[in-house]
Amino acid sequence: MPLTLEAKNKSPRRSVRSGRKGLTGFLFLLPFLVLFVVVFLIPIIVSIRSALFAQVASGGGLYGGGELVDQFVGLDNLVAAATNGAFWKGMGRVALFGLVQIPLMIGSGLFLALLLDSFIVRRVAFFRLAFFLPYAVPGVIAAMMWAYLYTPQLSPFLEYLPDGTNFMAPNVIILSMANMTTWTFTGYNMLIFLAALQAIPRELYEAAAMDGATGFQVATRIKIPLMRGAALLAILLSIIGTVQLFNEPVIMQSVNQWMGNDYTPMMLAYNSLMGQVTPSGSGPASAISLLMAIIAGALAAIYAFAQRQKGE
Amino acid sequence: MTLSATTTTKKPRPRRGKAGPGFPPPSIGPSPIARTLGVLVLVGACLYFLLPVFWLVVASTKNNADLASTFGLWFADFNLDQNYDSLMRWTQGLFWRWVANSVLYSGVAGVLGTLLAVMAGYGIAKFEFPGKKVFVGAIMGGLLLPVALLTVPLYIEFDALGLTNTMWAIIIPSAASPFGVFLGIVFAKTAVPTEIIEAARIDGASEARIFFTIVLRLLGPAMVTIFLFIFVATWNNFLLPLLMVSSPELKPVTLGLYGMMSYFSPDKGAVMLGALLGIVPLVVLFFTLQRYWRSGLAAGAVKG
Repeated sequence: MPLTLEAKNKSPRRSVRSGRKGLTGFLFLLPFLVLFVVVFLIPIIVSIRSALFAQVASGGGLYGGGELVDQFVGLDNLVAAATNGAFWKGMGRVALFGLVQIPLMIGSGLFLALLLDSFIVRRVAFFRLAFFLPYAVPGVIAAMMWAYLYTPQLSPFLEYLPDGTNFMAPNVIILSMANMTTWTFTGYNMLIFLAALQAIPRELYEAAAMDGATGFQVATRIKIPLMRGAALLAILLSIIGTVQLFNEPVIMQSVNQWMGNDYTPMMLAYNSLMGQVTPSGSGPASAISLLMAIIAGALAAIYAFAQRQKGE
Repeated sequence: MTLSATTTTKKPRPRRGKAGPGFPPPSIGPSPIARTLGVLVLVGACLYFLLPVFWLVVASTKNNADLASTFGLWFADFNLDQNYDSLMRWTQGLFWRWVANSVLYSGVAGVLGTLLAVMAGYGIAKFEFPGKKVFVGAIMGGLLLPVALLTVPLYIEFDALGLTNTMWAIIIPSAASPFGVFLGIVFAKTAVPTEIIEAARIDGASEARIFFTIVLRLLGPAMVTIFLFIFVATWNNFLLPLLMVSSPELKPVTLGLYGMMSYFSPDKGAVMLGALLGIVPLVVLFFTLQRYWRSGLAAGAVKG
């Protein structure tokens, strides 16, 4: 890595502190900051604002007959979203998806990284690339490919499975979608773990071997504990990713109409905005997004807190 | 997460398969049984990850009848040219336009986003200014934000600005990458020695000149990494173009293929050919630039 060369000449960090230089630093940050405000800050404000309003037709008056105007409705939209059965059903599906998929993906990513780091095979680079390749396939295209792989007339492996195996059955389809996500992201997570493993000083292993540790003990007592930080972050990001599950169910819905427009909360939010479910419009859609953001934030905070407690 | 502990990972990785300082003592090397089991698992995992892609290649050469009747994992009648014609027909000749759109959106967002992220990272890593902690905190908060949830209000905002159904509705949001800034900070701390900047200042170079002639050169590899992450994230994004863009001429390839799949019974082989052609540019990037991926993921993993 070219980066390693420069890193060696690094001196103790010294930052320049003078008024003019300070302004310079801010000016370097400024262009990104402007973009950040446009893409992150304003949408957050917009979603709070539009969640507080509903679009209603003004009957006559200043604006004329059918024109839509924003009417302040307070927390009505949020209450409506929070008491919407479809929203919580979708949340339930997403929770089930996450409970199966996240441990499976993180577990196999961790396991594969440990295997590649334990001198079992010589061609580590080949396996690393093979496992990472699915990440190059966009989520939507991966979902389309798997949807065909699950389709009885098309599937190359369905005929070798027991009769009656149906990947699209209502109680199986969540697992089928979990498999799509696992296929795409396991290699990505494995690379993160592999990077964390390679940051562990090799002398630790020698010391452990001198104390009579086996390879298995080195893995469970040294490697896994030292990868906790990386695993925590990977799980957090997976939880956040799962709450907004969208691509896989949308593709599956295009071949399984029974899944409906509200299979996951993100689908519900999208279709509210598009006017394909009631209540529709930017108000209800924003309210659903806000509610999901609150839930995602709370879940992430609870998880991070629980992990920290356990670590102490 | 902390951004400070930096240099521990930067040791050159010991090479595998040769006895040397990095090779483990024999006692913690795998036993023959463990080795066999391990190889079996790794080969099994390889099949799981690679067979679907191989099937995609095979399926893209078959017509609907062969897809249903012949062995799925090997070629039958070579029907690639009919599938290609069918793909062009179903997409009304727009398929390559969609691929070009994806390249354009991802490329522009990548270049723009990388430059802004590196500037921000350099400003944060090498300068002190009031409010810096707040800005860094906000940007790192953006890293953990579920971005799909922002897409709905983003649509409302861009609609009010009259920017929906333009390429900017995809490029502007995609160029804002908190992860890019995070990498920019990490790399600017490790790869840009403060002495060089100070020496250039003493020689009378302006701050802009220092940045564009010295810092950008030192951060070259880091910029490739950041560019890759933004490029792939933009290429893979589906919800954003789905909301923002409605004209067929403006669709990226993911959105175009989704539209094709939701038609009533298209030629499956043609859809799969489209899927295959839609990922080729990304696969090429992966194979040629994979060391840059690893340096980015390493920064994320160790600092996380």
